[in-house]
Amino acid sequence: MTQPRNAVGVGHARVEGRLKVTGQAGYAADHNIDGMLHAVIVDATVGRGRITGIDATRAQAQPGVVAVISHLNATRLTYRENPNSNHPPGERLQALQDDRVRFFGQPVAVAVAATLQQAQHAASLVTVAYAAEQPALGLGEGTPNAAESYARGDTTGALAAADVRMTMAYAPARTHHNPMEPHATVAQWDGDRVTVWDKTQWINATQAELASVFDIPRAQVRVVNPYVGGAFGSALRPWPHVIIAALAARMTRRPVKLVLTRRQLYFGTGYRPAYDYRITLGADRRGRLTAMEHTIRAETSSYEDFREAVTAAGESLYSMPNVRIDYRSVALDVNTPIWKRGPGPATAAFAIEVALDELAHRVGVDPVELRLRNEPEKDEGSGLPFSTRRLRECLTTGAREIGWQRRARPGTRRDGDWLIGIGMAAGNYHTVSAPAQARVRLNADGTAFVETASSDMGPGTYTSMTQVAADALGLTLDTVQMRLGDSLYPPTPPHGGSMTMASIGTAVLNGSDTVRRQAIDLAVKDRNSPLYGTAPDKIVVRAGRLTVRDQPGRADTYERLLARNNRDHLEAVGSYTPNDAGQRFSMSAYAATFAEVAVDASLGLIRIRKLVGVYDAGRIVNPRLAESQAIGGMVGGIGAALLEHTVTDVRDGRIVNANLADYLVPVNADVPDLKAVYLNGEDPHMVSLGVKGLGEVVHVGVAPAIANAVFNATGRRVRSLPITVEALQ
Amino acid sequence: MSEELPKGSVSRRTLLASTASLTGVAATNTLVAPAAVASPAPAVDAATSGQVSLRINGDQHTLTVDNRTSLLDLLREQLGLTGTKKGCDAGACGACTVLVDGRRVNGCLTLARRLDGAEVTTVEGLADGDELHPLQQAFIDHDAFQCGFCTPGQIVSGTACIAEGHTGSAAEIREWMSGNICRCGAYTKIVTAVHQAAGRR
Repeated sequence: MTQPRNAVGVGHARVEGRLKVTGQAGYAADHNIDGMLHAVIVDATVGRGRITGIDATRAQAQPGVVAVISHLNATRLTYRENPNSNHPPGERLQALQDDRVRFFGQPVAVAVAATLQQAQHAASLVTVAYAAEQPALGLGEGTPNAAESYARGDTTGALAAADVRMTMAYAPARTHHNPMEPHATVAQWDGDRVTVWDKTQWINATQAELASVFDIPRAQVRVVNPYVGGAFGSALRPWPHVIIAALAARMTRRPVKLVLTRRQLYFGTGYRPAYDYRITLGADRRGRLTAMEHTIRAETSSYEDFREAVTAAGESLYSMPNVRIDYRSVALDVNTPIWKRGPGPATAAFAIEVALDELAHRVGVDPVELRLRNEPEKDEGSGLPFSTRRLRECLTTGAREIGWQRRARPGTRRDGDWLIGIGMAAGNYHTVSAPAQARVRLNADGTAFVETASSDMGPGTYTSMTQVAADALGLTLDTVQMRLGDSLYPPTPPHGGSMTMASIGTAVLNGSDTVRRQAIDLAVKDRNSPLYGTAPDKIVVRAGRLTVRDQPGRADTYERLLARNNRDHLEAVGSYTPNDAGQRFSMSAYAATFAEVAVDASLGLIRIRKLVGVYDAGRIVNPRLAESQAIGGMVGGIGAALLEHTVTDVRDGRIVNANLADYLVPVNADVPDLKAVYLNGEDPHMVSLGVKGLGEVVHVGVAPAIANAVFNATGRRVRSLPITVEALQ
Repeated sequence: MSEELPKGSVSRRTLLASTASLTGVAATNTLVAPAAVASPAPAVDAATSGQVSLRINGDQHTLTVDNRTSLLDLLREQLGLTGTKKGCDAGACGACTVLVDGRRVNGCLTLARRLDGAEVTTVEGLADGDELHPLQQAFIDHDAFQCGFCTPGQIVSGTACIAEGHTGSAAEIREWMSGNICRCGAYTKIVTAVHQAAGRR
């Protein structure tokens, strides 16, 4: 019979909480090794061109300096083809291997010294001469790559015949993840084996990349990463500094620590690209959509073609017979972007959800009602039925929570100097999963541990996985230890895309179920067990105690069972392989976000008053952690809507606000009242856990909800992000 | 922190002078391929370093430090107290918040050599043995963190916020905790945790 569910669904506190509040959780840069050197990268100061010379004599004369490494003296690296590390199509940057500069800030040298201060100073003394060329930087300046296209119906004809036709251009800015923890790598070689303590969301990707770059078997690369200080996508692939740290350690024959500076994160890691997203829509006078044309352009680098799932919402979020999408990346002299929270849908939702708000205003239909009128019966992009889609319920619940009936005509509601507005937006994020494994071991003392290579960048993976394992093993939470973040553990997919619980959680569940069944089998065949001869499916386990259902007196324990049978442990490697549900159903998590804002009538200052998010995300394993995810997604959305913008100097590609004083992110004073509501339920078609993923969907739709609230407050429509004081002047 | 320099500390002028002597090497215009690995010169240069004597979490330390060393780098790289985090190294994020003589400062903007005689408290010094500081417990109770990286700075900053009496309302806490960025966005829960711990005083 199935195990009782005692832990899953309960809002347990984080199991690693004590380590985090006492400063004992060890992040990559916290790792110190005796004799370790410090490395500091020298970055290119031109946006494109060639290095014509490097003078490191002053740097090398400094006390403590061990090496200054550049393409002039670096070991030649193999850089084998590597399809296993999230590299976009193209040719990845090869660290310190040639004289070409492809973007401002590209690493051109690294200073290695005994102390951090010495390495920093030495790096500042390295003089690099360039033959500079004018970089291509704006979306209009670069070469568009091949189109990713989608079409159904006759969009041209439908737009020509539409009662209402509107064309809008949306321009969300380039933004950076800016996790609080800077990317860092500590590398140590032992012969031809290397160990790195690295900030990564995908241990196995870092492992594969080091193996391919240094031409060694993967088994000779160990990646350790028990704690990640936020990432939001920035650590989904290994960046050049990971290679540079390992290269420096190999060349100096010493352990090396390399921590990117906050400034270097802006070009040493990826970002969400700037977009030019144009929509032409056609509708009838009641706001029923008849056609939508999406023309999408996004930044990528000159050497890799980065893409994200930005077309999915246009294909299937709303019902309409005619759709045409043309999505092209534009090759520019910038570093390669990377997925950022809600990658694709977050950008598409800004354009589509603001466009729907514009349509609602134009035809005089309430924006919530307009969405209900365009709700599809099936996924019109794929033709598949929805596994579950409860967006209607999200919309109506959110409207009630925010007090939608208080919404007035644009620009008419005031509170003193402040104009008050309410807005909303819908959104979805496709449910994905990927193969994963987890090793589960039940010890003779009745405790258990679970090992899996996944990271935990903050969503609470340690805790939620412990809950899944505890229920399936029939143990209490405090007797199950979750071990994450080591390539010695069974492999996992990227810790991103909201797939961790569906993928790794199912592997943990599978491994734990297997171990419990092993124990039950052992008991029913053990003549000395009170459970001898019982049908295995009659036995349940609670708190390490095996009992027969309806006969609580007949009991054995894991501890006694293993002792009697001279077993010091039971073990299984659980695995997860996606089933074919993705071919039979359209699966997404859904969100409706509502925002109330105040805009200073004369100054244009925008303050958030309240945000409400309502989510159809399947089963919630831990409501406490799920709420933290949601309010975090909302805070990120406040940043995208009102503050965040990576600004590039058009003359040379320098990022001019590459620091946290000029690149603004929300602080405590920016964030008042946030409310998250998860609809009860599960997705029976997805995985046995019934989860649909949380991390992305809670962010998708926040920025357009705020943008639409600003319109409702002011009557001013801003189609670019962030919405600044200047934009409202 | 105070603008007055503690007695016996290095002054801004001597720091600049010693830095200038480092950079004073004549620049050459020749473009040379550097040798891959040089033999390291002495790790600590007497002209650019000095002694500092201070208490950290109640323990007395007398240390030789490079003049350029921030309090943050001293804690993390020299003393192995890695609970205090480096988020921006420019005083903009608050991850490195520690107490110096009871006041919250950014460890990254504080030169270690200015701290002769100072009393420094880091996140490692808040708990009483196994018993967590009430604010540490409140952070766990209210899930006031996710990734945990800003958490040491938030908690140290929060203890000072409480000691300063800036906890009269949620709005006041928000304002006085705005020097500590949390990118995971746990702000509303941080406010609740500070509020709870303030009430227990």
